[in-house]
Amino acid sequence: MAIEILMPALSPTMEEGTLAKWLVKEGDAVSSGDIIAEIETDKATMEFEAVDEGVMGQILVAEGTENVPVNTAIATLLEEGEEAGAPPTPSDAPTAPAPALAAAIASPAPATAGAPSDAPAPDLSADWPVGTETKQQTVREALRDAMAEEMRGDEDVYLMGEEVAEYQGAYKISQGLLEEFGARRVIDTPITEHGFAGIAVGAAFGGLKPIVEFMTFNFAMQAIDQIINSAAKTLYMSGGQMGAPMVFRGPNGAAARVGAQHSQDYAAWYAQIPGLKVAMPYSASDAKGLLKSSIRDPNPVIFLENEILYGRSFEVPLLDDFTVPFGKARIWREGSDVTIVSFGIGMQYALEAAEKLAEDGIEAEVIDLRTLRPIDYDTVLNSVMKTNRCVTVEEGWPVGAIGNHLSATIMTRAFDYLDAPVLNCTGKDVPMPYAANLEKLALVTTQEVIDAVKQVTYR
Amino acid sequence: MAAKRTTKKTNVSGDELKQYYYDMLMIRRFEEKAGQLYGMGLIGGFCHLYIGQEAVVVGLEAAAEEGDKRVTSYRDHGHMLACGMDPNGVMAELTGREGGYSKGKGGSMHMFSKEKHFYGGHGIVAAQVPIGAGLAFADKYKDNGRVTFTYFGDGAANQGQVYETFNMAALWDLPVIFVIENNQYAMGTAQKRSTSTPDIYTRGTAFGIPGEAVDGMDVLAVKDAGERAVAHCRKGKGPYILEVKTYRYRGHSMSDPAKYRTREEVQKMREERDAIDHVRQMLLDGKHASEDELKALDKDIKAIVNASADFAKESPLPAVEELWTDIYA
Repeated sequence: MAIEILMPALSPTMEEGTLAKWLVKEGDAVSSGDIIAEIETDKATMEFEAVDEGVMGQILVAEGTENVPVNTAIATLLEEGEEAGAPPTPSDAPTAPAPALAAAIASPAPATAGAPSDAPAPDLSADWPVGTETKQQTVREALRDAMAEEMRGDEDVYLMGEEVAEYQGAYKISQGLLEEFGARRVIDTPITEHGFAGIAVGAAFGGLKPIVEFMTFNFAMQAIDQIINSAAKTLYMSGGQMGAPMVFRGPNGAAARVGAQHSQDYAAWYAQIPGLKVAMPYSASDAKGLLKSSIRDPNPVIFLENEILYGRSFEVPLLDDFTVPFGKARIWREGSDVTIVSFGIGMQYALEAAEKLAEDGIEAEVIDLRTLRPIDYDTVLNSVMKTNRCVTVEEGWPVGAIGNHLSATIMTRAFDYLDAPVLNCTGKDVPMPYAANLEKLALVTTQEVIDAVKQVTYR
Repeated sequence: MAAKRTTKKTNVSGDELKQYYYDMLMIRRFEEKAGQLYGMGLIGGFCHLYIGQEAVVVGLEAAAEEGDKRVTSYRDHGHMLACGMDPNGVMAELTGREGGYSKGKGGSMHMFSKEKHFYGGHGIVAAQVPIGAGLAFADKYKDNGRVTFTYFGDGAANQGQVYETFNMAALWDLPVIFVIENNQYAMGTAQKRSTSTPDIYTRGTAFGIPGEAVDGMDVLAVKDAGERAVAHCRKGKGPYILEVKTYRYRGHSMSDPAKYRTREEVQKMREERDAIDHVRQMLLDGKHASEDELKALDKDIKAIVNASADFAKESPLPAVEELWTDIYA
């Protein structure tokens, strides 16, 4: 039976083309790889090769014909011993294109991101049991303890980054780890973020659980392709076969007087990426509990710390194995007049504002999101349904901010509960200036949070 | 490049030669079929064929042992077949169907098989280079004696992360073989227009990484070089570079009209340097196989490839629920 030679699609977008020239004629013998025709696509003239062996039967579309749709039979090819008159078989007729397309459009709503529709069901349980003994600990110590505890418990966990070993950490987060775990597991890297981030992704594919310290997240921009294209997407692209169980951590956001290239909040950047988890703790207990959860998590986690918070002390429970789950916000202060939602160092402004507002008789409920992917929408919505007002606070820039996303979610799921528009307090839409006075102006301030609350409470 | 046929009379057996012939022809027939299905609109997006380069991966796989790892770029179909992945699963991934290695969610450039230690299939040029060194890092950490074959092209060899990786691989003595598949064109840019020196393998010198150029149209030469590289790595002596000089007959991707080189140049390579013809001639000259036997092999291969195409067409589209799975483990 003769084989039909079909008009090929020669680019991802080609639907029809011109059969510019036949390079064979009826009766010619052809074998696989022989160029039999030239075809003009929307972009270029392409050579078209034979796939099967045989003798050219009938040429069905003459050269020079324009607008030949893809998959039209353009010639027949006769196999050994066949006559030219044999009827062609549509041997490789294409299957119908994408029958599930309509169904795909009507696909179910996402389980993780987006806006689930029903009433919020927040988990309001405490982080540790009442009566648990606590101690004052800095965020710095809490982070170190989290890594040490997890490294003791799992041989596959290791730490790599610039100055993490012999120098004891550029910000002293890894103090003592080299001594306890040795140079095999606490590894100083050259200054080569793209390279060592990629090596860590490979190590995670190979069965280890790397903790990658970026001296600051500003430098992780050099490595962002490996973080997003390699670490975040591989589980999906492999159909669930393999992913990257690892943590990328380090200080994020403005420090003090270090200028534009060293002062940027990446919360909203990373929170946008499906496949990543993102934590941004404020307190020491959250730093410890969330870092331990991050190290155990089978997914790539972006763990955003803050240099200014490293030296700050908080209560940390004295528990053998204290963890904080992802996607569970913490209510720092209950109140009925307005909900202030923040995370990371933004919490400092949120809490200060709440104290001052209380002096004016305004009781703010202050929520620390703690993780930005997943986000605990339910706790926020539950609170907004009670207070009917919301102000968000973050250090990052105003365009595409986390606060923008929260505003949209609240509008979608709690529109009827709102008595005022949701306001977003953010950093200013400028690169970070160096001058002390200008830097102060560029950052979000407690006063701005107070002003925003007064605006939404009409005071 | 040793352009002449300089294959030593190694004591390669007829059976081994037949295996290499079979493996290379399998890749070629598979890729021809993939090109055909692309032409019919059954394969979408980008599709980078390996036709012409078959001896590279077949020669190196002959030097590998069970448990060794491999990672490559988006021109990955040949690597997957050569390491034993199922042609049905590969072809069905190309058509974006449920039966594909990634359930249809990866496509031509993004396939993986943990079972066969194939770690992708990477679409960003050179991103697989540090990843390959990272796989080797994990093996060294576990002290399991495995090596990783990290394949990349002459184009990728100009990416910065390659040299960041060379530095750390040498610094930490990682058991990684950097295989530069030099097919002479970075998409449409000839090597001499993109690369400051003709010999890319010498670029390891600055890092203390030994390297050698290999005739990539000679599967036995590739295998020999692969064995040297593997022995070096397994002894704990750190990374090794093989610049395998090869040639791709087709365009960079299916939609490449390949106007940057002449048809004569391609024809000359196909006629004078084809790796499969070379082994075929050795089989016939050495009386290891008859024309009829080779024809029968070709027929067997075509049957397997046709079956993979049938499977890839019949396998259903992934269920719509798959849109939302495998985002988090």
